[in-house]
Amino acid sequence: MSTINAVEMYNIHKRFGTVIASNGVNFSVKQGEIHALLGENGAGKTTLMRMLYGLYRADKGEIRIFGQPADIKSPKDAIQLGVGMVTQHFALVPPLSVTENIILGYTDSFQLNMDAAHQKVAAASKKFGVAVNPTALVKNLSVGQRQRVEILKALYRNAKILILDEPTAVLIPQEIDQLFESLARLRESGLSVIFISHKLNEVMTITDRVTVLRGGIAVGTVKTADSTPAELAKMMVGRETFGVQKASAVHRGKVMLQLQNIAAMDNKGLPALKNISLDVHTGEIVGLAGVSGNGQSELSDVLAGIRPSSGGRIILDGQDVTNAGAAKMMTAGIGRIPEDRHKSVVSEMTVAQNMALEHLSPFIERGLLNHKSIRQHAEKLIADYQIKASPGDKIRTLSGGNMQKVILARVLERNPKAIVVAQPTRGLDVGATEYVRQRLLNQRDRGAAILLISEDLDEILELSDRIAVIYEGEIMGILPAEKATPEQMGLLMSGVRGEVQHAD
Amino acid sequence: MRIKLERVPAPMWVRPLLPVAAIVLTFLLTTVLVLMVNANPLKAYYYFLIAPLSGKVSAIEVLVKATPLLLTGAAVTFAFVGGYWNIGAEGQLYAGATAATAIGLQMHGISPWIAIPLMIVGGFAAGVLWALTPALMKVKLSIDEVVTTLLLNSVALFIVSALLNGPWRDPISQWPQSPEIAPSAIFPKLIPRSRLHLGFLLAVFIILLLWFVLTRTAFGLRMRAVGLGTEAARFAGIDVDRTMLISALVSGGIAGLAGVSEIAGIHYHLIDAISPGYGYTGIIVATLGTLNPWGVALAAFFIGLIDTGA
Repeated sequence: MSTINAVEMYNIHKRFGTVIASNGVNFSVKQGEIHALLGENGAGKTTLMRMLYGLYRADKGEIRIFGQPADIKSPKDAIQLGVGMVTQHFALVPPLSVTENIILGYTDSFQLNMDAAHQKVAAASKKFGVAVNPTALVKNLSVGQRQRVEILKALYRNAKILILDEPTAVLIPQEIDQLFESLARLRESGLSVIFISHKLNEVMTITDRVTVLRGGIAVGTVKTADSTPAELAKMMVGRETFGVQKASAVHRGKVMLQLQNIAAMDNKGLPALKNISLDVHTGEIVGLAGVSGNGQSELSDVLAGIRPSSGGRIILDGQDVTNAGAAKMMTAGIGRIPEDRHKSVVSEMTVAQNMALEHLSPFIERGLLNHKSIRQHAEKLIADYQIKASPGDKIRTLSGGNMQKVILARVLERNPKAIVVAQPTRGLDVGATEYVRQRLLNQRDRGAAILLISEDLDEILELSDRIAVIYEGEIMGILPAEKATPEQMGLLMSGVRGEVQHAD
Repeated sequence: MRIKLERVPAPMWVRPLLPVAAIVLTFLLTTVLVLMVNANPLKAYYYFLIAPLSGKVSAIEVLVKATPLLLTGAAVTFAFVGGYWNIGAEGQLYAGATAATAIGLQMHGISPWIAIPLMIVGGFAAGVLWALTPALMKVKLSIDEVVTTLLLNSVALFIVSALLNGPWRDPISQWPQSPEIAPSAIFPKLIPRSRLHLGFLLAVFIILLLWFVLTRTAFGLRMRAVGLGTEAARFAGIDVDRTMLISALVSGGIAGLAGVSEIAGIHYHLIDAISPGYGYTGIIVATLGTLNPWGVALAAFFIGLIDTGA
């Protein structure tokens, strides 16, 4: 690590309407270091980097690149100054080859010599130690490979500063290891990497220094080696964190929710689920792990009763509820906490109305709605679940955490026999995440059968009693949680079946 | 420097003022037009807004003009609240008017106590029937209702035209208008020697019913959920297709009542120009009234006032 600062940002201010995203942030990155930008969702990490990459303009403040004041008006300016950014949503054209994607918008002459271009990309791939096949079509590449193409694209444009926005969110454990190896090599060659993350273990593994953001303010910058995960977590959240308490004794009972050879189509009419069979017992949490887009959403929709299954049976407590529809499945005793909060509550309606909407019958008196009992019901749930809202507030005005608590309250108050919960803590802050996880564990101890669908491997490992892995709409294997290792799960998540263990 | 527009939701207190602001802005713009023809804008607005209310006869006329707008406004509101964009109130009005005429012509010698309810029920049913095809196409085949309901307006008008130039042509005058309906089928006047008729009470009753259904019944709550968040409503176990179908059909029925009211209360026979676009004005009434029953009533009276003054 040299002493030259590649990036310096001074007193950066940015507001969106009434939301202050950056409030006088100072931030600097040295040449040849991997610098983490750590913070919870909404802390202002991505906004800060979007200003560096020219996607937003700061309201106030100064940016210097290698000591020179920089006026970055657009990503084009940023690229010229040597700043590259890889976001979670890749900007690649799937039907084109790797080379075509890399040189797109960066060709020097009118006539295109593809052979020469392939060679140049191959040479760059070798020089930077980022392995890609120049002639492969992007549509045939895995997510990890596509990310390498994006990184090489930035390096090919002579990036000296590389911004990676939550690069591990879409990767399996093995791909994360490969990414970290590449980054370590690039650091040796003098590249500066800004690594946006909210995952402490990754930050500890790969970075040299950490800057923690909280509520649009830079709380501090520390050397990773001199810090601990607990210390960073405290800086990030602003208080001590405790994690959740999981009762080790499993009171596992009879089979409550049975999926037998479930098949279903996605929105394009292509098969998304093929032959899913899974048993969930009372008093256990079965985690369903997998890389995003392998059929999790479709399974969650099928079990919510809003997507028909094209084959197989769903049995709840001995009762066949296959394709019974949302209302009947709820009556039968399935509680549903879906991955897309905004599609499960009516955002323009009030908290009280949303809490009553799934089961209106208790609030109807002689054919008329009893608004008073709807409000009292909401007041009780708001108190029980510590929701920061009043019954008359529109759902739209609630934070993600409070919105999730509304959904949680609506489902859990009925003590459902089985709970299907998908991505329950996505986008929530640490406090809300702990709260939601603890509530789910309490439900397990009460005797509910819980199917936890999550793309967050840490969450799966922390909560589950058994872990099933889904890949391209099929269950690759089921492991007891205490025997599951990240490596083993990574293999299953990438479709390598290996020895399938059945933990029944 | 580049200027970027960022969308910011209006603060709470501003929202009810937005329709008012729209009206004020409209007056400012029309002031320019009035000044361009060298007239006094204040005088113009006096005749427009104040004069109609200063005399008893013209004040009653405001209510007469508001009657069909209350009904089409309520019809459009009922559909829009349920997330169904019914642009076909005009056609449904003509369907109701046609049915009312058909029934009214047969009511000679029959008591008004039978004739009038029969016309109301028949007109409602005709509106429902006219709304049925696009509603089914929307629910079963996801075919956009804005296009289908709009196109059916012309079809309704052509059918009325064909009836008036064919079987229903007045045998005496040979004008393209139907014979007069039976005297027992004519709506009684609410105030003697005025044009204010039973249809006004019917319209007020429908507005009250609209308020009641939307705010006091489980169906109203479900309907609002469907309109505000279709996917969330489906997730909550609401039968979205059924709810939307009912809101579309009832909307058509209410629009049909506007046709009944114009036939039985004003014209007594079917003519081509039974509606100068009441179905379309109903959309303005519904949106200006922010889909709130009281707002819709206010908007209908306001437009009735302008119409009388014009």
